[in-house]
Amino acid sequence: MMSSANKTIYQSKLFVPTASSRPETTPDFSHLKIPSPLASKRPQVLVDAADVTDLAYGLVRVLDDDHQAKGAWQPDLSPDKLRVGLRHMMHVRAYDRRMFNMQRQGKLSFYMKCTGEEAIAVAQGMALEDGDMLFPSYRQQGLLFVRKRPVVDMMCHCISNAKDNIKGRQMPVFYSWKEGNFFSLSGNLATQYSQAVGWAMASAYKGEKHIAVSWVGDGTTAAADVYHALVFASTYKAPVILNVVNNQWAISTPQTFANTGTTFAARSIGFSIVGIRVDGNDFLAVYAATQWAAERARKGGGATFIELYTYRTEGHSTSDNPDSYRGKNEAAYWPLGDPIERLKQHLICIDQWSEEQHLAQEKELKAAILADWKEAISHGSFAEGPHWPVETMFDDVFKDMPAHLRKQRDQVGA
Amino acid sequence: MAKMNMIQALNSAMDICMNRDPNVLVMGQDVGYFGGVFRCTAGLYQKYGAHRALDMPIAEGGIVATAIGMGVNGLRPVVEIQFADYIYPAVDQIVSELARLRHRSGGEFFAPVTIRAPCGGGIRGGQTHSQSPEAIFTHACGLKTVMPSNPYDAKGLLIAAIEDDDPVIFFEPKRIYNGPFDGDHLKPATGWASHPLGEVPEGYYTLELGKASIVKAGNAVTVISYGNMVHVAEAAIKASGLDAELIDLRTLLPLDTDCIEKSVQKTGRCVVIHEATRTSGFGAEIVSQIQEACFWHLKAPIGRVTGWDTPYPHAFEWEYFPSQARIIEALQRTLECE
Repeated sequence: MMSSANKTIYQSKLFVPTASSRPETTPDFSHLKIPSPLASKRPQVLVDAADVTDLAYGLVRVLDDDHQAKGAWQPDLSPDKLRVGLRHMMHVRAYDRRMFNMQRQGKLSFYMKCTGEEAIAVAQGMALEDGDMLFPSYRQQGLLFVRKRPVVDMMCHCISNAKDNIKGRQMPVFYSWKEGNFFSLSGNLATQYSQAVGWAMASAYKGEKHIAVSWVGDGTTAAADVYHALVFASTYKAPVILNVVNNQWAISTPQTFANTGTTFAARSIGFSIVGIRVDGNDFLAVYAATQWAAERARKGGGATFIELYTYRTEGHSTSDNPDSYRGKNEAAYWPLGDPIERLKQHLICIDQWSEEQHLAQEKELKAAILADWKEAISHGSFAEGPHWPVETMFDDVFKDMPAHLRKQRDQVGA
Repeated sequence: MAKMNMIQALNSAMDICMNRDPNVLVMGQDVGYFGGVFRCTAGLYQKYGAHRALDMPIAEGGIVATAIGMGVNGLRPVVEIQFADYIYPAVDQIVSELARLRHRSGGEFFAPVTIRAPCGGGIRGGQTHSQSPEAIFTHACGLKTVMPSNPYDAKGLLIAAIEDDDPVIFFEPKRIYNGPFDGDHLKPATGWASHPLGEVPEGYYTLELGKASIVKAGNAVTVISYGNMVHVAEAAIKASGLDAELIDLRTLLPLDTDCIEKSVQKTGRCVVIHEATRTSGFGAEIVSQIQEACFWHLKAPIGRVTGWDTPYPHAFEWEYFPSQARIIEALQRTLECE
């Protein structure tokens, strides 16, 4: 019974994790061990998971502090391909900027940027085959750029206009693009993770070569679906790549509330799944690890669990202000840099890019995004439409509309 | 035609679907090598192999999630949840994902998954082996919900469910797996062999989802039921000697409102019976729809006979299970109103 007279003061012994910083403290990442690119071994792809548990505790890197590509994980990527990757990342960033600003002007109900994490979706997308099925979370918009989804179509989805391919059914960024093998996003975190395993099991059952790839964040690793995914992937050796994007923050909850005091990659060990921890801001390392995991899956070696170590430079979404729960400018203290800047410096370093080219490309992409935006809103705005006709709300609940929905549709007055 | 109990009829339905379509596979706990705790998948592992009668880890959420992924990748999975009581860990995957995938993706993606689950009590199962959670699923948009009451319907409805491109939740009242049960647990059990609906074609046939059946025509009062309770209601009507019309809904969603409305407009009186708990049970939906559509035809308040709003008891099972006596009392009360 609660009683206002009860003034007991408990001497709590409960442990509660802390954050890398809060507004009243100075960010401190000095405890992070950042190994050199030379520190990681690259095993052959059909290795026994038990023999490479060190990969789960290390940090696969290719780019060193002087922007040189080093070590066993250097991928076979031509300068042309690296420039394509850089362009995609810059394109994503330009897109995010525009969409965030449009949300601030009231043109979108909501938006989520992936600033600082662009290398993950872009490098991973480039390391996969077109037939591989993507089960993304909400910060992998880079995949759509790699698979060449028209930007105007993405924007039309975000403003739910008449050209939105999902007919105004979902919030901004909850993309679906079947043509590009990009699965419909759900807001219920981690549900897609175990679905990806089922997709991969079906691929194996049909004797096909395509693999499934899914993503969750560090906070979401606490969800049961993540363990369902790992158990089922391990049990049936499903051809799937399961990624954890550890960007340090789940809205205001630091990764210490999910990491159980070790790396996320280490969670794979009990499932006999290879776990690899990768510098998520190192485009080359992300590409290399993903290519390794894809080859392993395609050759029947089963799943790989990849922790992409990165940093969410901005807020979770347009609905939160990170300054209210973490140290101001925590991003400036982040020791693994910015993925675009690092790839740019690498390309400059190998004489395949220049500051001038970079600036020109930035300008070009900004203009392209603006033109795309103008075209998108010419198909309708969120506030004023045109949207899909209102009666289409009743479509697709079932394949064929049952009588009760036809009746309700008539009541809408369509 | 062959004599089949419900287990054999369901088994035959899955066998036929697996034989016709390599994309159909059955999956769940103990469904493969062992053939299911109720034997519904017996022999399928031996006939179609471990890849198609797929034993799975004990994680309903994982089973349904992988089935969704398989469905998206062109397969037609038939999931068995060992007891309907154990479906709750999968509810997020069913309600938030499976049910809404077609809609949320603008029609781009769908997963034609059938989820079978033995439900209902009368088997000394206590609160964790007796529940009837159908109303949770009729309340979620995008699912079809089916509950057959006999072997003939079970087979035709299950084949239709498996072939349907929408997800179907298929509840099987386990008390009547082996024979119809009129609610009198003291009487010797009877098998399906002596029941006309235990005569089941051996080959392929389907029954359209969303169509009720009139078990017995009558003029004095409409009795609406499904699953286990159809047989209890039938026995109660017989014992009461009343000229009642008994409707077996078979599919709860889509609901056969035409059949219901036609009957209630004729009789002007109605009693709705289900085994599930009363408050927010599916009976409440039926009653609402009847008063909306048939108010001016009604001569009496619509009655409800249901399980009580308590967890399903172990020791007081027969006080909980809606009895013939409670049904007769409800019928008489309805008929007393002028």
